Amino acid sequence: MTSIEISRVRPARTPRRSGPRSTLTRSSGIGLGIAMIWFSALVLIPLACVVVTAIDGGWEAFWSAITNGQTIAAIKLTVFTALGVTAVNVVMGPLIAWVLVRDRFWGKSVLEVLIDIPFALPTIVAGLVLLSLYGNADSPLGVDIANSRPAVFLAFLFVTLPFVVRMVQPVLEELDQDVEEAAASLGASRFTTFRRVVLPSLAPAIAAGAALSFARGVSEYGSLVLLSGNLPFQTEVTSVRILSSIENDNVAAAAAVATVLLMISLAVIVLLDVIQRRVAARG
Amino acid sequence: MADTLVHDVAAPPPVEASRRPPRVRRTPTTYVLRLVATAYLFFLVAWPVSLVATNTFEDGLGSIRALLEDPDIVVALQLSVYVAFFSVVINTLFGVGMSLLLVRYEFPGKRLLNALLDLPLSVSPIVVGLALVLAYGGRNGWLGPTLAGWGLDIIFSTPGIIMATTFVALPLMIREIVPVLEEVGIEQEQAAQSLGASGLQCFRRITLPSIKWGIVYGVVLTLARSLGEFGAVKVVSGNVLGQTRTATLVVEEKYLNFDQQAAYATAFLLAMVSVACIVIVAIIRPKNHG
Amino acid sequence: MSIEVSGLNKKFGDFVALDDVNVSIPTGRLTALLGPSGGGKSTLLRIIAGLEKADTGSVTIEGVEATHLPAQKRNVGFVFQHYAVFKHMTVAKNVAFGLEIRKKSKAEVAARVDELLALVHLSQFAHRLPSQLSGGQRQRMALARALAVEPSVLLLDEPFGALDAKVRKELREWLRRLHDEVHVTTIFVTHDQEEALEVADEIVVINEGRVEQVGTPDQLYDDPANDFVMSFLGEVTHLAGTAVRPHDIDVATSPLFAGAVEGTVARMVRVGFEVRLVVLTVAGEEVSVVLTRTHARSLGIEEGATVWLTVTAGATVVPSMRPSLAG
Repeated sequence: MTSIEISRVRPARTPRRSGPRSTLTRSSGIGLGIAMIWFSALVLIPLACVVVTAIDGGWEAFWSAITNGQTIAAIKLTVFTALGVTAVNVVMGPLIAWVLVRDRFWGKSVLEVLIDIPFALPTIVAGLVLLSLYGNADSPLGVDIANSRPAVFLAFLFVTLPFVVRMVQPVLEELDQDVEEAAASLGASRFTTFRRVVLPSLAPAIAAGAALSFARGVSEYGSLVLLSGNLPFQTEVTSVRILSSIENDNVAAAAAVATVLLMISLAVIVLLDVIQRRVAARG
Repeated sequence: MADTLVHDVAAPPPVEASRRPPRVRRTPTTYVLRLVATAYLFFLVAWPVSLVATNTFEDGLGSIRALLEDPDIVVALQLSVYVAFFSVVINTLFGVGMSLLLVRYEFPGKRLLNALLDLPLSVSPIVVGLALVLAYGGRNGWLGPTLAGWGLDIIFSTPGIIMATTFVALPLMIREIVPVLEEVGIEQEQAAQSLGASGLQCFRRITLPSIKWGIVYGVVLTLARSLGEFGAVKVVSGNVLGQTRTATLVVEEKYLNFDQQAAYATAFLLAMVSVACIVIVAIIRPKNHG
Repeated sequence: MSIEVSGLNKKFGDFVALDDVNVSIPTGRLTALLGPSGGGKSTLLRIIAGLEKADTGSVTIEGVEATHLPAQKRNVGFVFQHYAVFKHMTVAKNVAFGLEIRKKSKAEVAARVDELLALVHLSQFAHRLPSQLSGGQRQRMALARALAVEPSVLLLDEPFGALDAKVRKELREWLRRLHDEVHVTTIFVTHDQEEALEVADEIVVINEGRVEQVGTPDQLYDDPANDFVMSFLGEVTHLAGTAVRPHDIDVATSPLFAGAVEGTVARMVRVGFEVRLVVLTVAGEEVSVVLTRTHARSLGIEEGATVWLTVTAGATVVPSMRPSLAG
């Protein structure tokens, strides 16, 4: 009663809002300064050097470096394989996350550990590991895909495994099962409930995980060294191409191709930021 | 005055309400999904990783012993540990400080900085190496010749390897601590302040204990990532035997030189450490989030 | 006067949280800052504590100019709505915190902690972690922690807001008795008028960043400064251009008094011992009326009956701020 009276008398007010101004104190300002100097020296200045070196020789040199036949082939292979792997992750990631969150069975905690292994395992070891099962004359499976394009796909699949799973899992845990039951009580089938109720809540997490997995795939190097054979026009990915340019002392070409990869990384980060803002705005 | 409170005091302490466990509705789909997920992880991760162990111990413990008797490999392992140590220390200091700034303060450009801090996660390690060479290369780098003039060599030397490793592991600590700081909120710090604690006392006695586990996870993940860095180190190290060759570089070199036993043995050691890191995190994490 | 606040202004972006606030808080009393959510009362409390900075204006605590004093130098005890317990410390360690900061001797700290835990009835929980306590127990611990440093003022920000109704009521009575024992100048923020009326010696009503009225619970209830204060402290209805409490309206079945307003009973609800009527007057006003069950029965009132309404002699009335429908 009271609150009704109040809302009649006084108009509703806007929520508290803090301005964009700085709240830094003197000591935190100094801290930020030191942190920024280190971050610039370690990350920003070196990356800027890459871009500067790439465009130093003019637009034409840059363009001819990245349109070189072998480079184009490497970029195509990297991007298309990363896209394909991301597509697999978009399906398998939520599936695995679902099993980890909603199912209970003996050995589930082992699966939890398996998910994180590709993240922590040194990439060179990852390559060796895959080689021993899928690329070896005496492979227990009798499969040998070493030095072929499926090997690139497999390596990407391995190193990108955790991203979608780990993005989706916490969201799925927070998801209120009551909502699903409400949908079911309104007559929705399990599939409809999943598609109309669960999937929309997971979509931002899946998108973020997919973006990370794509970025990781595109930038992968270590796991391919032993596995893919690095055959020009066949299994040579962009990172390997950059490295061979460096080793041939063609730094300008290396920087040009590296700039392309950097742009992809930046695009992914911008995308992630946009997704995060969307989710935050949705509350 | 105690009358109304007696029952409250005598009652057993209520345990903090924990989230309801998920209700499991088992249908055929459940079992299909479980089977698919398990099979996928078995073929992609479990089986291949276990083969490294089998291959290492094919001839018993001999390969590990041989490894530890090779002085070049021992030096490489030592270098890896040394580099990882510095990477962990630097990233812990930087990560804790940066996380506090990001969560507790407002300043212009914060959103941009926040996004840029994720950059090392998605940059190719080869690009990282190239970037460091271009900036700090002793002869042609942007800053390298100046630093070399001061007697500080970075590229093809240990500082370069440390920088490359620190670069690739940089976001891990921040990504662990920021959510913890956000969840803890500032009320405990404000309460400490109103009780007379200075900024430093507040940090040491309130903030640090509340983010302790975040730091532990961050350290473990940074350590695993640092020990395992390969591509960026390969570019900046020069790969000089017995000097700037790290353990991951040994794996490649041994394998390409048809010394598979040594390659598998070194890989096994590295895999052991990273799996141990993950298991440690998996074991301590639920306690804190329970 | 223990706390003197003058000319306080505070904005968050374009939102005005406090608009030229002037208040004096008496020493040794229990004062409530009462008002709707978002009205600025918590902001005022946080500015007094030094947890928020005012844009302009000054704060004096016990004669000491405190406007620019940081929180840790003000010697105030602050109790948060969500307890702000130090999760990694035991109950005893929480209470000891302020004393340890002040570098008291170990024996002194231990004695004081024992004394305070006894005061808040938590002695047997001294070595538990806060996560093992109920909400009410945590809030009592937070209170002990704030009292440990012998603050010159105790500030409580919606201290019982996160507790359930029963514990809330219990703690409210307990706080009143605790205050009678400890006598520290106390300000607590609440949006619950019942809590303020029951516990406080003095109430400051704050709305939209302004002080609407200051007074004892009786003064506020019996002599509200305006329609807002009246409606915030209890139910209000409107009869012939005045705001009046529903139980201060006399109902008659015939036009006995001059100026009685005629209407028909549109709805009649019985709640326990009382009967609530909604009377639709001939002028088109909807008036709420409350009377006892026996009174209603003796008048023989039922839905659809015609009644005549007058304001009871001596009742609290305030000119209505709403445009009268009768116009």
